[in-house]
Amino acid sequence: MRTSRPGPKPRCKRCRAPAVVQLHSHHTAFCRDCFLFYFQRQVQRAIDSEHMFTREEPVLVAVSGGKDSLALWDVLQLLGYRTTGLYLNLGIGEYSTLSRAKVEAFARERNLPLLQVDFAAEGHAIPDVVALTRRPACSACGTAKRHHFDRVALEHGFPVVATGHNLDDEAARLLGNVLRWDMNYLARQSPVLMPSHEKFARKVKPLFRLSEYETAAYAFLRKIDYVVDECPNAAGASQLLYKDVLQRLEAEMPGTKQSFVLEFYRRARRLLFQEALGAPTTCSRCGLPSHRPICRFCSLLDEVTSKRTSAPPTSHTSPV
Amino acid sequence: MRIVFLPSRKELELRGSYRVADLLRELKLLPGTVLVIRNNEMLTTEDLVDDTDTVEIRNVISGGAA
Repeated sequence: MRTSRPGPKPRCKRCRAPAVVQLHSHHTAFCRDCFLFYFQRQVQRAIDSEHMFTREEPVLVAVSGGKDSLALWDVLQLLGYRTTGLYLNLGIGEYSTLSRAKVEAFARERNLPLLQVDFAAEGHAIPDVVALTRRPACSACGTAKRHHFDRVALEHGFPVVATGHNLDDEAARLLGNVLRWDMNYLARQSPVLMPSHEKFARKVKPLFRLSEYETAAYAFLRKIDYVVDECPNAAGASQLLYKDVLQRLEAEMPGTKQSFVLEFYRRARRLLFQEALGAPTTCSRCGLPSHRPICRFCSLLDEVTSKRTSAPPTSHTSPV
Repeated sequence: MRIVFLPSRKELELRGSYRVADLLRELKLLPGTVLVIRNNEMLTTEDLVDDTDTVEIRNVISGGAA
Protein backbone atom coordinates (compact mmCIF):
# COMPACT_ATOMS: atom_id res chain seq x y z
CA MET A 1 0.00 0.00 0.00
CA ARG A 2 1.36 3.36 -0.98
CA THR A 3 1.94 6.25 1.46
CA SER A 4 3.22 9.59 0.24
CA ARG A 5 3.60 12.91 2.02
CA PRO A 6 1.98 16.14 0.72
CA GLY A 7 4.29 18.65 -0.99
CA PRO A 8 4.48 22.34 -0.05
CA LYS A 9 1.02 23.87 -0.69
CA PRO A 10 1.27 26.18 -3.75
CA ARG A 11 0.58 29.84 -2.95
CA CYS A 12 -1.49 32.31 -5.00
CA LYS A 13 0.81 34.42 -7.14
CA ARG A 14 -1.28 37.52 -6.49
CA CYS A 15 -2.30 37.41 -2.81
CA ARG A 16 -0.20 34.55 -1.35
CA ALA A 17 -3.30 32.70 -0.07
CA PRO A 18 -3.36 28.89 -0.58
CA ALA A 19 -3.82 28.22 -4.32
CA VAL A 20 -6.50 26.01 -5.88
CA VAL A 21 -5.57 26.42 -9.56
CA GLN A 22 -2.08 25.62 -10.85
CA LEU A 23 -1.12 26.84 -14.31
CA HIS A 24 2.01 24.89 -15.22
CA SER A 25 2.33 26.66 -18.54
CA HIS A 26 2.69 29.96 -16.68
CA HIS A 27 4.66 28.40 -13.78
CA THR A 28 2.12 29.97 -11.46
CA ALA A 29 -0.90 29.27 -9.22
CA PHE A 30 -3.92 31.26 -8.04
CA CYS A 31 -6.52 31.19 -5.28
CA ARG A 32 -10.14 31.13 -6.47
CA ASP A 33 -10.81 34.87 -6.57
CA CYS A 34 -7.49 35.80 -8.13
CA PHE A 35 -7.90 33.09 -10.80
CA LEU A 36 -11.34 34.46 -11.72
CA PHE A 37 -9.79 37.95 -11.96
CA TYR A 38 -6.93 36.59 -14.10
CA PHE A 39 -9.41 34.77 -16.39
CA GLN A 40 -11.53 37.88 -16.91
CA ARG A 41 -8.43 39.92 -17.66
CA GLN A 42 -7.24 37.41 -20.28
CA VAL A 43 -10.62 37.62 -22.04
CA GLN A 44 -10.64 41.43 -21.90
CA ARG A 45 -7.11 41.47 -23.29
CA ALA A 46 -8.12 39.17 -26.15
CA ILE A 47 -11.13 41.36 -26.98
CA ASP A 48 -9.16 44.62 -26.86
CA SER A 49 -5.96 43.44 -28.61
CA GLU A 50 -7.89 42.00 -31.53
CA HIS A 51 -10.61 44.71 -31.58
CA MET A 52 -13.28 42.00 -31.42
CA PHE A 53 -16.28 44.13 -30.39
CA THR A 54 -17.35 47.11 -28.32
CA ARG A 55 -19.81 47.40 -25.43
CA GLU A 56 -22.21 49.18 -27.75
CA GLU A 57 -22.47 46.21 -30.14
CA PRO A 58 -24.90 43.34 -29.46
CA VAL A 59 -22.93 40.06 -29.34
CA LEU A 60 -24.47 36.72 -30.34
CA VAL A 61 -22.82 33.99 -28.25
CA ALA A 62 -22.96 30.49 -29.74
CA VAL A 63 -23.62 28.19 -26.78
CA SER A 64 -23.57 24.39 -26.91
CA GLY A 65 -24.04 23.64 -23.20
CA GLY A 66 -20.36 22.68 -22.87
CA LYS A 67 -17.88 24.31 -20.52
CA ASP A 68 -16.22 26.66 -23.03
CA SER A 69 -19.29 28.35 -24.47
CA LEU A 70 -21.02 28.73 -21.10
CA ALA A 71 -17.82 30.06 -19.51
CA LEU A 72 -17.60 32.53 -22.42
CA TRP A 73 -21.19 33.70 -22.01
CA ASP A 74 -20.67 34.03 -18.23
CA VAL A 75 -17.49 36.10 -18.48
CA LEU A 76 -18.80 38.37 -21.27
CA GLN A 77 -21.84 39.11 -19.14
CA LEU A 78 -19.64 39.88 -16.09
CA LEU A 79 -17.49 42.19 -18.24
CA GLY A 80 -20.62 44.16 -19.12
CA TYR A 81 -21.18 43.20 -22.78
CA ARG A 82 -24.64 43.03 -24.38
CA THR A 83 -25.02 39.30 -25.08
CA THR A 84 -27.70 36.99 -26.48
CA GLY A 85 -27.18 33.24 -26.56
CA LEU A 86 -27.80 31.07 -29.62
CA TYR A 87 -28.34 27.36 -29.00
CA LEU A 88 -28.40 24.96 -31.95
CA ASN A 89 -30.28 21.76 -31.07
CA LEU A 90 -28.40 19.23 -33.23
CA GLY A 91 -30.98 16.48 -32.57
CA ILE A 92 -28.36 14.04 -31.25
CA GLY A 93 -30.62 12.09 -28.90
CA GLU A 94 -30.13 12.38 -25.16
CA TYR A 95 -26.93 14.42 -25.57
CA SER A 96 -28.89 17.26 -27.18
CA THR A 97 -31.77 16.96 -24.70
CA LEU A 98 -29.29 17.33 -21.82
CA SER A 99 -27.29 20.19 -23.37
CA ARG A 100 -30.43 22.13 -24.26
CA ALA A 101 -31.64 21.84 -20.64
CA LYS A 102 -28.27 23.12 -19.33
CA VAL A 103 -28.31 26.11 -21.71
CA GLU A 104 -31.91 27.01 -20.88
CA ALA A 105 -31.21 26.78 -17.14
CA PHE A 106 -28.06 28.93 -17.51
CA ALA A 107 -29.99 31.64 -19.41
CA ARG A 108 -32.98 31.54 -17.04
CA GLU A 109 -30.85 31.83 -13.89
CA ARG A 110 -29.06 34.89 -15.27
CA ASN A 111 -32.06 36.36 -17.02
CA LEU A 112 -30.25 36.34 -20.36
CA PRO A 113 -31.97 36.27 -23.78
CA LEU A 114 -31.63 32.98 -25.67
CA LEU A 115 -32.41 32.14 -29.32
CA GLN A 116 -32.74 28.51 -30.43
CA VAL A 117 -32.72 26.59 -33.72
CA ASP A 118 -34.07 23.02 -33.73
CA PHE A 119 -32.33 20.99 -36.45
CA ALA A 120 -34.90 18.18 -36.22
CA ALA A 121 -37.79 20.63 -36.71
CA GLU A 122 -35.90 22.03 -39.73
CA GLY A 123 -35.59 18.56 -41.18
CA HIS A 124 -31.86 18.09 -40.74
CA ALA A 125 -31.12 16.51 -37.38
CA ILE A 126 -27.43 15.52 -37.54
CA PRO A 127 -27.99 11.75 -37.13
CA ASP A 128 -30.41 11.81 -40.07
CA VAL A 129 -28.02 13.85 -42.23
CA VAL A 130 -25.17 11.45 -41.45
CA ALA A 131 -27.32 8.35 -42.07
CA LEU A 132 -28.67 9.67 -45.39
CA THR A 133 -25.57 11.32 -46.85
CA ARG A 134 -22.68 9.27 -45.37
CA ARG A 135 -20.94 12.60 -44.67
CA PRO A 136 -18.58 12.62 -41.65
CA ALA A 137 -20.70 13.84 -38.69
CA CYS A 138 -18.38 16.71 -37.68
CA SER A 139 -18.20 17.96 -41.27
CA ALA A 140 -21.98 17.99 -41.76
CA CYS A 141 -22.44 19.47 -38.29
CA GLY A 142 -19.88 22.24 -38.93
CA THR A 143 -21.55 23.18 -42.24
CA ALA A 144 -24.98 23.41 -40.62
CA LYS A 145 -23.71 25.36 -37.61
CA ARG A 146 -21.89 27.97 -39.70
CA HIS A 147 -25.01 28.44 -41.83
CA HIS A 148 -27.29 29.00 -38.84
CA PHE A 149 -24.80 31.26 -37.05
CA ASP A 150 -24.80 33.53 -40.11
CA ARG A 151 -28.53 33.27 -40.75
CA VAL A 152 -29.60 34.06 -37.17
CA ALA A 153 -27.03 36.86 -36.85
CA LEU A 154 -28.35 38.43 -40.08
CA GLU A 155 -32.03 38.01 -39.21
CA HIS A 156 -31.63 39.41 -35.68
CA GLY A 157 -29.15 42.16 -36.48
CA PHE A 158 -26.01 40.89 -34.74
CA PRO A 159 -22.77 42.24 -36.26
CA VAL A 160 -20.65 39.72 -34.35
CA VAL A 161 -20.84 36.06 -33.34
CA ALA A 162 -18.63 34.85 -30.46
CA THR A 163 -17.69 31.19 -30.14
CA GLY A 164 -15.99 29.33 -27.27
CA HIS A 165 -12.92 28.16 -29.15
CA ASN A 166 -10.06 28.01 -26.65
CA LEU A 167 -6.26 27.86 -26.89
CA ASP A 168 -6.26 24.07 -27.19
CA ASP A 169 -8.80 24.20 -30.04
CA GLU A 170 -6.71 26.77 -31.90
CA ALA A 171 -3.47 24.86 -31.30
CA ALA A 172 -5.00 21.61 -32.57
CA ARG A 173 -6.43 23.37 -35.64
CA LEU A 174 -3.06 25.04 -36.30
CA LEU A 175 -1.18 21.75 -35.95
CA GLY A 176 -3.54 20.06 -38.41
CA ASN A 177 -3.17 22.91 -40.91
CA VAL A 178 0.61 22.92 -40.57
CA LEU A 179 0.89 19.15 -40.97
CA ARG A 180 -0.99 19.46 -44.26
CA TRP A 181 0.48 22.89 -45.15
CA ASP A 182 -3.03 23.97 -46.01
CA MET A 183 -2.19 27.57 -46.92
CA ASN A 184 -5.82 28.58 -47.39
CA TYR A 185 -6.85 27.52 -43.92
CA LEU A 186 -3.62 28.85 -42.38
CA ALA A 187 -4.21 32.26 -43.95
CA ARG A 188 -7.74 32.34 -42.57
CA GLN A 189 -7.00 31.05 -39.05
CA SER A 190 -7.43 34.04 -36.75
CA PRO A 191 -9.09 35.03 -33.46
CA VAL A 192 -11.22 37.38 -35.56
CA LEU A 193 -12.63 36.38 -38.94
CA MET A 194 -13.73 39.55 -40.71
CA PRO A 195 -16.81 39.15 -42.92
CA SER A 196 -16.11 38.68 -46.64
CA HIS A 197 -19.65 39.87 -47.38
CA GLU A 198 -22.01 42.44 -45.81
CA LYS A 199 -24.51 39.69 -44.94
CA PHE A 200 -21.90 37.80 -42.89
CA ALA A 201 -21.25 38.54 -39.22
CA ARG A 202 -17.76 38.98 -37.77
CA LYS A 203 -16.67 35.74 -36.04
CA VAL A 204 -14.61 36.09 -32.86
CA LYS A 205 -12.96 33.75 -30.30
CA PRO A 206 -12.52 35.67 -27.02
CA LEU A 207 -11.14 32.56 -25.23
CA PHE A 208 -8.25 32.01 -27.63
CA ARG A 209 -5.64 32.95 -24.96
CA LEU A 210 -7.05 30.46 -22.42
CA SER A 211 -6.48 26.71 -22.27
CA GLU A 212 -9.16 24.05 -21.96
CA TYR A 213 -7.98 23.44 -18.38
CA GLU A 214 -8.46 27.11 -17.52
CA THR A 215 -11.99 27.25 -18.97
CA ALA A 216 -12.89 24.04 -17.11
CA ALA A 217 -11.47 25.46 -13.86
CA TYR A 218 -13.37 28.73 -14.46
CA ALA A 219 -16.64 26.89 -15.09
CA PHE A 220 -16.13 24.76 -11.96
CA LEU A 221 -15.21 27.68 -9.69
CA ARG A 222 -18.13 29.75 -11.00
CA LYS A 223 -20.41 26.72 -10.36
CA ILE A 224 -21.57 26.68 -13.99
CA ASP A 225 -23.61 23.52 -14.59
CA TYR A 226 -22.33 22.37 -17.99
CA VAL A 227 -22.49 19.15 -20.01
CA VAL A 228 -19.49 17.06 -18.99
CA ASP A 229 -20.29 14.36 -21.52
CA GLU A 230 -18.62 14.34 -24.90
CA CYS A 231 -20.59 14.69 -28.13
CA PRO A 232 -21.16 11.06 -29.24
CA ASN A 233 -19.74 11.97 -32.66
CA ALA A 234 -16.47 13.37 -31.25
CA ALA A 235 -14.86 9.99 -30.59
CA GLY A 236 -12.02 9.44 -33.06
CA ALA A 237 -12.02 13.06 -34.27
CA SER A 238 -8.53 14.01 -35.51
CA GLN A 239 -8.70 17.09 -33.31
CA LEU A 240 -8.47 14.85 -30.24
CA LEU A 241 -5.32 13.21 -31.59
CA TYR A 242 -3.70 16.60 -32.22
CA LYS A 243 -4.70 17.71 -28.71
CA ASP A 244 -3.14 14.59 -27.20
CA VAL A 245 0.16 15.23 -28.98
CA LEU A 246 0.13 18.87 -27.91
CA GLN A 247 -0.63 17.94 -24.28
CA ARG A 248 2.43 15.67 -24.17
CA LEU A 249 4.61 18.44 -25.57
CA GLU A 250 3.09 20.86 -23.02
CA ALA A 251 3.84 18.46 -20.14
CA GLU A 252 7.52 18.34 -21.13
CA MET A 253 7.80 21.98 -22.24
CA PRO A 254 5.22 24.13 -20.40
CA GLY A 255 4.07 27.10 -22.49
CA THR A 256 4.40 25.32 -25.83
CA LYS A 257 0.73 25.60 -26.84
CA GLN A 258 0.60 29.30 -26.04
CA SER A 259 3.77 30.18 -27.97
CA PHE A 260 2.70 27.94 -30.88
CA VAL A 261 -0.61 29.79 -31.28
CA LEU A 262 0.15 33.32 -30.11
CA GLU A 263 3.43 33.57 -32.04
CA PHE A 264 1.67 32.26 -35.16
CA TYR A 265 -0.85 35.08 -34.80
CA ARG A 266 1.85 37.64 -33.99
CA ARG A 267 4.48 36.74 -36.57
CA ALA A 268 3.42 34.19 -39.21
CA ARG A 269 -0.23 35.05 -39.90
CA ARG A 270 0.70 38.34 -41.61
CA LEU A 271 3.07 36.57 -44.00
CA LEU A 272 0.41 34.12 -45.05
CA PHE A 273 -2.36 36.61 -45.75
CA GLN A 274 -3.55 35.82 -49.22
CA GLU A 275 -5.72 37.59 -51.64
CA ALA A 276 -9.36 36.99 -50.64
CA LEU A 277 -11.13 34.29 -52.63
CA GLY A 278 -13.00 37.07 -54.42
CA ALA A 279 -16.21 38.49 -52.96
CA PRO A 280 -18.80 35.73 -52.63
CA THR A 281 -21.97 35.84 -54.71
CA THR A 282 -25.30 34.78 -53.26
CA CYS A 283 -26.72 31.28 -52.81
CA SER A 284 -29.74 30.90 -55.09
CA ARG A 285 -31.56 28.96 -52.38
CA CYS A 286 -31.13 30.71 -49.07
CA GLY A 287 -29.77 34.09 -50.21
CA LEU A 288 -26.74 33.95 -47.92
CA PRO A 289 -23.31 34.71 -49.40
CA SER A 290 -21.57 31.77 -51.06
CA HIS A 291 -18.64 31.13 -53.36
CA ARG A 292 -20.85 28.66 -55.26
CA PRO A 293 -24.24 29.08 -56.95
CA ILE A 294 -25.74 26.85 -54.19
CA CYS A 295 -24.02 27.10 -50.79
CA ARG A 296 -22.59 24.10 -48.94
CA PHE A 297 -25.51 23.99 -46.49
CA CYS A 298 -28.23 24.07 -49.17
CA SER A 299 -26.33 21.41 -51.16
CA LEU A 300 -26.30 19.29 -48.02
CA LEU A 301 -30.04 19.81 -47.61
CA ASP A 302 -30.63 18.90 -51.26
CA GLU A 303 -28.73 15.66 -50.73
CA VAL A 304 -30.74 14.88 -47.58
CA THR A 305 -34.04 15.60 -49.35
CA SER A 306 -33.21 13.55 -52.45
CA LYS A 307 -31.94 10.59 -50.39
CA ARG A 308 -34.97 10.79 -48.15
CA THR A 309 -37.45 10.72 -51.04
CA SER A 310 -35.59 7.96 -52.85
CA ALA A 311 -35.16 5.84 -49.70
CA PRO A 312 -37.34 2.65 -49.62
CA PRO A 313 -40.64 3.30 -47.67
CA THR A 314 -39.73 0.96 -44.80
CA SER A 315 -36.37 2.65 -44.17
CA HIS A 316 -35.98 4.53 -40.84
CA THR A 317 -33.19 6.48 -39.27
CA SER A 318 -31.78 4.84 -36.20
CA PRO A 319 -31.46 7.30 -33.32
CA VAL A 320 -27.90 7.69 -31.94
CA MET B 1 -10.12 5.63 -1.95
CA ARG B 2 -12.91 5.69 -4.51
CA ILE B 3 -12.06 7.42 -7.79
CA VAL B 4 -14.85 8.49 -10.16
CA PHE B 5 -13.89 9.42 -13.72
CA LEU B 6 -16.01 11.89 -15.69
CA PRO B 7 -17.43 11.84 -18.30
CA SER B 8 -16.98 8.03 -18.58
CA ARG B 9 -18.36 7.50 -15.01
CA LYS B 10 -15.99 4.57 -14.57
CA GLU B 11 -14.92 3.94 -10.96
CA LEU B 12 -11.72 2.66 -9.37
CA GLU B 13 -10.83 1.64 -5.82
CA LEU B 14 -7.25 2.41 -4.74
CA ARG B 15 -5.63 1.82 -1.33
CA GLY B 16 -3.10 4.07 0.35
CA SER B 17 -2.43 7.81 0.38
CA TYR B 18 -1.13 9.72 -2.63
CA ARG B 19 0.06 13.18 -3.55
CA VAL B 20 -2.26 14.16 -6.40
CA ALA B 21 0.78 14.45 -8.70
CA ASP B 22 1.71 10.82 -7.91
CA LEU B 23 -1.89 9.69 -8.31
CA LEU B 24 -2.08 11.24 -11.79
CA ARG B 25 1.24 9.67 -12.71
CA GLU B 26 -0.08 6.30 -11.48
CA LEU B 27 -3.20 6.74 -13.64
CA LYS B 28 -1.10 7.97 -16.60
CA LEU B 29 -2.95 11.27 -16.74
CA LEU B 30 -1.32 14.64 -17.49
CA PRO B 31 -2.06 17.42 -14.97
CA GLY B 32 -3.38 19.90 -17.59
CA THR B 33 -5.96 17.46 -18.93
CA VAL B 34 -8.12 16.85 -15.84
CA LEU B 35 -9.64 18.62 -12.84
CA VAL B 36 -9.12 16.71 -9.58
CA ILE B 37 -12.04 17.38 -7.23
CA ARG B 38 -12.75 16.32 -3.63
CA ASN B 39 -15.77 17.52 -1.61
CA ASN B 40 -16.56 19.98 -4.38
CA GLU B 41 -13.13 21.59 -4.08
CA MET B 42 -10.38 21.59 -6.70
CA LEU B 43 -7.14 19.95 -5.54
CA THR B 44 -3.60 20.94 -6.50
CA THR B 45 -0.85 18.47 -7.40
CA GLU B 46 0.60 18.82 -3.88
CA ASP B 47 -2.59 17.91 -2.01
CA LEU B 48 -2.85 14.46 -0.37
CA VAL B 49 -5.70 12.01 -0.94
CA ASP B 50 -6.20 8.81 1.05
CA ASP B 51 -8.48 5.83 1.73
CA THR B 52 -11.26 7.92 3.26
CA ASP B 53 -11.68 10.07 0.15
CA THR B 54 -13.92 10.02 -2.91
CA VAL B 55 -12.08 11.79 -5.71
CA GLU B 56 -13.62 12.96 -8.99
CA ILE B 57 -11.27 13.13 -11.95
CA ARG B 58 -12.95 15.24 -14.64
CA ASN B 59 -11.57 15.24 -18.16
CA VAL B 60 -11.30 18.74 -19.63
CA ILE B 61 -10.24 17.91 -23.18
CA SER B 62 -13.16 17.98 -25.61
CA GLY B 63 -13.13 17.02 -29.25
CA GLY B 64 -14.99 17.26 -32.46
CA ALA B 65 -16.19 20.55 -33.87
CA ALA B 66 -16.51 23.10 -31.04
